[in-house]
Amino acid sequence: MIKAILIFNNHGKPRLSKFYEHYNEDTEQQIIRETFHLVSKRDENVCNFLEGGLLIGGLDYKLIYRHYATLYFVFCVDSSESELGILDLIQVFVETLDKCFENVCELDLIFHVDKVHHILAEMVMGGMVLETNMNEIITQVDAQNKMEKSETFIFQSTRQDR
Amino acid sequence: MPAVSKGDGMRGLAVFISDIRNCKSKESEVKRINKELANIRSKFKGDKALDGYSKKKYVCKLLFIFLLGHDIDFGHMEAVNLLSSNKYTEKQIGYLFISVLVNSNSDLIRLINNAIKNDLASRNSTFMNLALHCIANVGSREMAEAFASEIPRILVAGDTMDSVKQSAALCLLRLNRTSPDLVPMGEWTARVVHLLNDQHLGVVTAATSLITTLAQKSPDDFKTSVSLAVARLSRIVTSASIDLQDYTYYFVAAPWLSVKLLRLLQCYPPPEDTSLRSRLTECLETILNKAQEPPKSKKVQHSNAKNAVLFEAIALIIHHDSEPNLLVRACNQLGQFLQHRETNLRYLALESMCTLASSEFSHEAVKTHIETVINALKTERDVSVRQRAVDLLYAMCDRSNSKQIVAEMLSYLETADYSIREEIVLKVAILAEKYAVDYTWYVDTILNLIRIAGDYVSEEVWYRVIQIVINRDDVQGYAAKTVFEALQAPACHENLVKVGGYILGEFGNLIAGDPRSSPLVQFNLLHSKFHLCSVPTRALLLSAYIKFINLFPEVKGTIQDVLRSDSQLRNADVELQQRAVEYLRLSCIASTDILATVLEEMPPFPERESSILAKLKKKKGSSKLPDMDDSRKNVNGSTEHAEDAEVASKVPSHTFTDDLSVNSAPSSGASLLVDVFSDFSSAAPTEGSDEHFPRFVCKNNGIIYENQLLQIGLKSEYRQNLGRMYVFYGNKTSTQFLSFSTSVSSNDVLDSQLNVQEKPVDPLIEAGAQVQQILNIECVSDFSDAPILNIQFRYGGTLQNIAVKLPVMLNKFFQPTEMTSQDFFQRWKQLGAPQQEVQKIFKAKNQMDTDVSKAKLLGFGVALLDGVDPNPANFVGAGIIHTKTTQVGCLLRLEPNTQAQMYRLTLRTSKESVSQRLVELLSEQF
Repeated sequence: MIKAILIFNNHGKPRLSKFYEHYNEDTEQQIIRETFHLVSKRDENVCNFLEGGLLIGGLDYKLIYRHYATLYFVFCVDSSESELGILDLIQVFVETLDKCFENVCELDLIFHVDKVHHILAEMVMGGMVLETNMNEIITQVDAQNKMEKSETFIFQSTRQDR
Repeated sequence: MPAVSKGDGMRGLAVFISDIRNCKSKESEVKRINKELANIRSKFKGDKALDGYSKKKYVCKLLFIFLLGHDIDFGHMEAVNLLSSNKYTEKQIGYLFISVLVNSNSDLIRLINNAIKNDLASRNSTFMNLALHCIANVGSREMAEAFASEIPRILVAGDTMDSVKQSAALCLLRLNRTSPDLVPMGEWTARVVHLLNDQHLGVVTAATSLITTLAQKSPDDFKTSVSLAVARLSRIVTSASIDLQDYTYYFVAAPWLSVKLLRLLQCYPPPEDTSLRSRLTECLETILNKAQEPPKSKKVQHSNAKNAVLFEAIALIIHHDSEPNLLVRACNQLGQFLQHRETNLRYLALESMCTLASSEFSHEAVKTHIETVINALKTERDVSVRQRAVDLLYAMCDRSNSKQIVAEMLSYLETADYSIREEIVLKVAILAEKYAVDYTWYVDTILNLIRIAGDYVSEEVWYRVIQIVINRDDVQGYAAKTVFEALQAPACHENLVKVGGYILGEFGNLIAGDPRSSPLVQFNLLHSKFHLCSVPTRALLLSAYIKFINLFPEVKGTIQDVLRSDSQLRNADVELQQRAVEYLRLSCIASTDILATVLEEMPPFPERESSILAKLKKKKGSSKLPDMDDSRKNVNGSTEHAEDAEVASKVPSHTFTDDLSVNSAPSSGASLLVDVFSDFSSAAPTEGSDEHFPRFVCKNNGIIYENQLLQIGLKSEYRQNLGRMYVFYGNKTSTQFLSFSTSVSSNDVLDSQLNVQEKPVDPLIEAGAQVQQILNIECVSDFSDAPILNIQFRYGGTLQNIAVKLPVMLNKFFQPTEMTSQDFFQRWKQLGAPQQEVQKIFKAKNQMDTDVSKAKLLGFGVALLDGVDPNPANFVGAGIIHTKTTQVGCLLRLEPNTQAQMYRLTLRTSKESVSQRLVELLSEQF
């Protein structure tokens, strides 16, 4: 099971955090900080797995991460998941984001947090992997967007938008 | 076209985010956020009703603020309102807010549940998916209560869309994890298994995850999944990848599903059916072969996906542990990976090899890689990988290579990362003890440990070396000599001073003949460290001094002078002062004889599990053995008490023991004491269990008992009035169980009715191992009680007692009897006397399913007679109970009433007590 999915940039600024187990807000922030600390001090070219920090920790849990340009994608998983499988999943996630946003960059994640959540929801649900087939995921996301479009045109008038 | 076009977002949101990003300081950011929060709050509270779009915008802003680490304590109600909107985007954002931000606020949960209920019933697959996602993401108990019975229905309904099925499967899996008691098993379980044949691979993947989790809990119910999983896997592995279109990932066919299927198979032993088994073996071989083929792509994703499947296949091979050929191939494959240039693969290979090392078929093969692993320890740049290398060395260590491995670990320790030092210290200490042929090597190793990594040597480690030296007189002289030499070093670790003080105090006489280590030299050496040490160590040294007075009368004067000095007698520390006073007094007034008795050499410690091992286990998984820790603490409380009493009553033969306990008391070592002084070790209260008992009425095999330490499985067979039961005791821990013994007890009445004879059982169960015991059973006459199996063993310092009710019931001695309808009615009438018939009407506890009931009745032991009862919904059965003294013919009739959810069960036998007992047993099963 996936316990948490975190995305933060090279400076530790969170760009997405999704916890599948309940923590209070302070603990969540602490976990994000600690995870950043653990992951960011590692060299490139070392392995993509590390045993968790204290908070998310316990022997059964691992952090599995990938570093893309300015962003770290970190999954905290228990031993019921295949390590390499999760690495693939991160790759699918990033490729999907890339398709949906056309050359995704950090700014896309910042300005469209909700979209990123919705895309992630097509892949992971309640900590379990729902779908790994990118075409299927994109089809779902497209369908969502269509619905959204049809709705926005109805009520997006010339309002003062603040 | 990109799926998200960048212009059409919410402008207000974009502006706000830009503002935040332009903030130059944390303060201005907080200020901007507070302003926005105030704005949103007033909008929510305002008189003007907000339209859906604005609500959505504000909720998005709140999400963003939350991500930045600020508490959000409002907006929940607005989010809930969004749930009931029928605009998709609003509903979606409402659900997003709920799953990110909602805690178990019960008022809201009820409202949320209402919205979910509506969406689940909407027959709109998008809405249903949103609702299922929300249940899975929040996963709270209230939600489980509300929906646990609804979701299986959605999952197996014929008209459910694929994407909804997928979500429903995972949702159910999630609820089963968070509230397993609320997810009902039943009719749907059989149909879930068939989802493994589904057309849609996404559905199959989700269903496999679900079945894997369920099968771990009740393997018997999902046995049929094995053949389906093998078939599916075989189709994937052997297919040309075009068949699986979209699910081919970088030229690898459905890697994710393959991994999941291989995981599912790891819940079961190798298939017994030979054709199935060979099909699986073929799959595994194909996967291993593919690893040797040239890659179809240079991309790392290709090799990742391929290897994900490969590692899982290897895990399955290791799990089955039955095909030496496959095991050796797996080991060779991992050996190749050990030298692979991909760090990830080296890491995973080390990890898998660790489990492989414990298989008897492959232990030797693993050992051949020792040089590579040692090399990894020395050259890997990544601490995660080095950690795995340490683990593997520990796992592959045996008598033949222990010296090399311990030496390598010691030398690695000098440069090891701080984060893993303590664990290495523990591992070295354990290996050194476990494989010590001569204990001089052991003593050397531990002293080296203290020298190299003194700060990481916990108390358990130096306690243990003392225990061993005290218990083995062949090593005492050597130990005294070695610590004496080690203490010569100008700067030595305080832990060494402790060991040195204790050992010289006990055995300094063994080296006193050499003028270079004469009593006075020894004393001066110890005392030169005294002032640099902490209070507990000083206390220990004082005890060593008084022991010296007994061993060497010639230094009595010198030591008395030291004790008499102001720095001792008026020491600010109460403990030190008291020791100085008492020891000085003792040395002055007691005669030599009394001194010799009081300060006698420590008696040997009772043999027990290494306290170090316990510590390592604790480090590795503290949550696993909570009950153990508790019992230790209790024990310890009383221990200290007992010792206080001893001191008070001046029974002085344990002086040294007192000292050690002072050493570790009061804050640090509560649990350690017991290990060192296990005279006080006590038995944990008997744990009993008969919760699984009823499950065995209609079946003969399964798990009868399980706790954190032990699992007990049963297989039994019966013929006529005789039975044989195979009991399997599995040690779930990484420590041996010692003095393992069992006995079967029954009350006086049962004793005369049932004979149970036990074959001997091995008194030692190795870590992770399973031993088998055979029980022979003879039914003398009909009975209604059950014998108790009492199990006793020593785990760590504590004695464990477990009592399990053995599932030997009267119906086990049934022989099914076929008869015609005419015969049946004739006998039914013959058994018409009121005391021969027992009837019970009861409410159905499980779903009323014809096939399930049939299976249960057959499992109960009777023959089912078709076409006897005029009502086809009723069941009629017959059988004969065999006992040594007599045979009892039994007829039964079970009438289900689905409308009332009730059953009526009638039994007619020639013996009242038999009828009574059979009704009791059977009525609990429906």
